Amino acid sequence: MPDWQLVLDSFWPLLLGGLTGTIPLALASFALGLVIALGMALMRISKNRVLNGIARFYISAIRGTPLLVQLFVIFYGMPSVGITIDPWPSAIIAFSLNVGGYAAEVIRAAILSVPKGQWEAGYTIGMSPGTTLRRLILPQAARVSVPPLSNTFISLVKDTSLASTILVTEMFRVAQEIAAFSQKFLLIYMEAALIYWIFCFVLSGAQNLVEKRLDRYVAH
Amino acid sequence: MSPTDPLAPVETPDDSVLLEARGIRKSFGDNEVLRSIDLEVRRGEVVVLIGPSGSGKTTVLRSLNGLETPDGGTVSIAGGPSLDFSKPISKSERYALRDRSAMVFQQHNLFPHMTVLQNVIEGPLRVQKVPREQAVAEASALLERVGLAEKRDAYPFELSGGQQQRVGIVRALALKPQLLLFDEPTSALDPELVGEVLQVIKELADEGWTMVVVTHELGFARHAADEVMFMDGGVVVERGAPKELFSNPREPRTKRFLERILRPLD
Repeated sequence: MPDWQLVLDSFWPLLLGGLTGTIPLALASFALGLVIALGMALMRISKNRVLNGIARFYISAIRGTPLLVQLFVIFYGMPSVGITIDPWPSAIIAFSLNVGGYAAEVIRAAILSVPKGQWEAGYTIGMSPGTTLRRLILPQAARVSVPPLSNTFISLVKDTSLASTILVTEMFRVAQEIAAFSQKFLLIYMEAALIYWIFCFVLSGAQNLVEKRLDRYVAH
Repeated sequence: MSPTDPLAPVETPDDSVLLEARGIRKSFGDNEVLRSIDLEVRRGEVVVLIGPSGSGKTTVLRSLNGLETPDGGTVSIAGGPSLDFSKPISKSERYALRDRSAMVFQQHNLFPHMTVLQNVIEGPLRVQKVPREQAVAEASALLERVGLAEKRDAYPFELSGGQQQRVGIVRALALKPQLLLFDEPTSALDPELVGEVLQVIKELADEGWTMVVVTHELGFARHAADEVMFMDGGVVVERGAPKELFSNPREPRTKRFLERILRPLD
């Protein structure tokens, strides 16, 4: 018989770990990651070979190495060269760099999916390339990129559990502590898994809402 | 037409030269698409470019709007700077060229994420910094004139092809350009929708707008053009008043082209 009292008692601390650790960590890293990704995507699209090469290298390095290794390099590795970063900033840096690498290709593809005529229409009404990108291209690219970027975000929410290995008190670290203390590993980890699942369920719902909102100008 | 008519051109037409292009050349790789094109358009004049596809008509038009950069030749519009394309063109020169003309595309290229009204005021509002109220008032008046007042809050996908293209024309007019450029404005339309768009363009021509129109609609050219230019293989083969050119083409190439269009089954 499972220890229901323990389940109840641990629910709030776990949820709190999620709400004060997992979610803020994911949101901050995703926001920063998108900025990096947009920059990398534009560098990849640009005809400048140096910028293009830098972006290619970056994306390849991020996608070609494990997230856990990236985390460890920043938190445990950097002190060897005199750069010591606290757990939270380390986690945010590692996760946003990671999102930057993955989302760059999504955003690049989304920008390229907007017809060339839209750029030209912007130019002929006198817009600069920057304004055209901001006012005309990105809003249309956003619609295309919501489903794949939602994937990236949902992966990120779960990947933040890796931050427990660099001492960030997010939901999984709370679970580890409760499990070690109560010795009910299966029960507590299942409960943590369930809360992750609930988070992702809510996020998928949010994704649908965003997609609907962005679809209002498209024929069905 | 009253002077407050929203479709009326910005400047009263006089006889001066509005657009002067000399020796426009352009190659895409080894493909020489324009070999020294000259074009002169006076205020209030309608010049129609005809010719087989690949003849370079569209490239001429796009060069006048800075969407293509010719390899050589000069363009000046409305007393603006004379751009010499044999030298690199600065950003401000390119913008100056675009400032004076507005383009209507074959595929309308309306902004799908914006309503009709937003499409029309985007340029005046964001680029020309016209106050919103004024931009909206002018846009509404223009939409009213082309019979689309009740569509101002619709998205482009909710309109027919002909309505979309009329919005495209209004978007260009809202910029108050000196010169209107039409790139095959009816080629992508279903045949029954061609008339309503040509009608609007014809009205603009009658009201004194200066325009360069690339089209396959010879009927439109006959009725609206002051000058027709027949292009083939990157050169202007023949030019003249529509009546003359259509009934008495001098060049064999012009003759063959007209025959193919007018009697495709012979």
